[in-house]
Amino acid sequence: MISAVAFYIFASIAIIAALMVISSKNPVHSVLFLIITFISAAGLFVLMGAEYLAMLLVVVYVGAVAVLFLFVVMMLDVDFVELKQGFLRYVPIAGTLAAIVVGELIMVVSVWVFPSDAELARAHPSPKAMEIVSDPSGPNNIEQLGLILYTDYIHYFQIAGVVLLIAMIGAIVLTFRTRKGVKKQDAVKQIGRKRSEGVEVVKVKTGQGL
Amino acid sequence: MDDLWNYLISRPTDAGWLNWLIPTVLQTVTLMVVLLVALAFILLFDRKVWAAVQMRKGPNVVGAFGLLQSFADFLKFVFKEIVIPAGADRTVFILAPLISFMLAFIAWAVVPVGPGMVVSDINVGILYLFAVSSLGVYGIIMGGWASNSKYPFLGSLRSAAQMVSYEVSLGFVIITVLLLVGSVNMTEIVESQDRGMGILNWHFIPLFPMFVVFFISALAETNRPPFDLPEAESELVAGYQVEYSSTPYLLFMIGEYLNIVLMCALLTILFFGGWHSPIDVYPLNAPWLALLWFGLKVIFFFFLFAMVKAIVPRYRFDQLMRIGWKIFLPLSLAYVVLVAGMLLLFPDLAGHFQSWRS
Repeated sequence: MISAVAFYIFASIAIIAALMVISSKNPVHSVLFLIITFISAAGLFVLMGAEYLAMLLVVVYVGAVAVLFLFVVMMLDVDFVELKQGFLRYVPIAGTLAAIVVGELIMVVSVWVFPSDAELARAHPSPKAMEIVSDPSGPNNIEQLGLILYTDYIHYFQIAGVVLLIAMIGAIVLTFRTRKGVKKQDAVKQIGRKRSEGVEVVKVKTGQGL
Repeated sequence: MDDLWNYLISRPTDAGWLNWLIPTVLQTVTLMVVLLVALAFILLFDRKVWAAVQMRKGPNVVGAFGLLQSFADFLKFVFKEIVIPAGADRTVFILAPLISFMLAFIAWAVVPVGPGMVVSDINVGILYLFAVSSLGVYGIIMGGWASNSKYPFLGSLRSAAQMVSYEVSLGFVIITVLLLVGSVNMTEIVESQDRGMGILNWHFIPLFPMFVVFFISALAETNRPPFDLPEAESELVAGYQVEYSSTPYLLFMIGEYLNIVLMCALLTILFFGGWHSPIDVYPLNAPWLALLWFGLKVIFFFFLFAMVKAIVPRYRFDQLMRIGWKIFLPLSLAYVVLVAGMLLLFPDLAGHFQSWRS
């Protein structure tokens, strides 16, 4: 009962917030609503028994990706008047696109047959997530994920990792530039400095100077 | 008495919803009240420590030894007028401190303060904590942006960059501990440090470099000096909270201090054996002393936080980023690889660290 109520709460919040993402005028508000959507999705994951995925969703998407989104969006200098000027000009194109997407969605959903529970059980003979979680002696969420990810899917996992690494290197290469004449602090050099190099004791004879 | 205690700390899900609801509400309320009252005295302790370092007396007027100073401050904050700047985004402006405050509180839901004394003993406890603490940055960004002013905005940007950077090394440190424990559950992390040898079994010994990294990262993560760049009094006025006054400011401050105490609790749980006694002999390791040990350890770490604030000068922003990305990140990453490799290479070692499971 409680989980059903929680499901409807999370699901409706997720949908409303997702609608607000595209309908709110201020881009910062959009990102904030996006964050609410992410968190509701994490709640749905928890209800499905995928607690580890839920936490990762919050850590990765809300804690890191959305922060960067917010960074970028906050620093945008958006001129709302200028944004609205082109509105009428783009309405026909945007409307056509929207109609096509909606049509496609209707076509997909209309032929979608929801399998019955029995069919699902035949297709996936493994126990349901809730049963695994509620079984305290069995492997928990993280262990199961690890067992699958690092055995059956190790190559996909590594390929995904390499793709991310390449993306990171690419971003660094594109933005990295060495500028001349920039004063930089070299901590190792500073720490490695000795007293004999820093201070020179000079005996000055009276009346002669250096 | 024992029955009542068991009823209160356990939450049977099969004995009717009332038997589940009453202990839950009681646990939550108790935790919140205890935390808030303890926080009042911890704040005073903080100020007394700085005062002692600077050879001052510190707050000593309200109540005996100034014990009631925090409550006086609280009343003063609450009765002041809430000023909302004219160009501010009102909703986000009010929401930001509320979010800070709320996130600082909900993180405590999974912190075990004694054997069985945890509001929610979930399987992914430490991940939940990590997730919630990574959300803490939103209060700061939203507050800085909604103020619609340059100083808070710059302060919040610096703060967000800082918190995101140090979260990475915090995450890796947590992973090293998880490798030794073999579990993500907070209670099990504490239990794993109870293998009969008291303080010698605590994780700060095998993971000492990580313990130091975690401590420094915790300072940066909670915006404490020497990493208090977001609110550097002498440079940025007060960072993201310039425009805040009265109760919203109070909420920010309580949230910040709750986060600091949470980090102390995390240090205790991950590295200092949680509620276990340092010497594993009878009168010291009695179950009813568990809370005392936990409190003592948390206060010890808070004392370290206060001392660092009192004696270490503030870092420059580029130095801060350098420490985070160029030193802590490679160091903690290398340690993760080292610990994982050692555990794989020497199964006996893994057996030694995970002998608590039997």
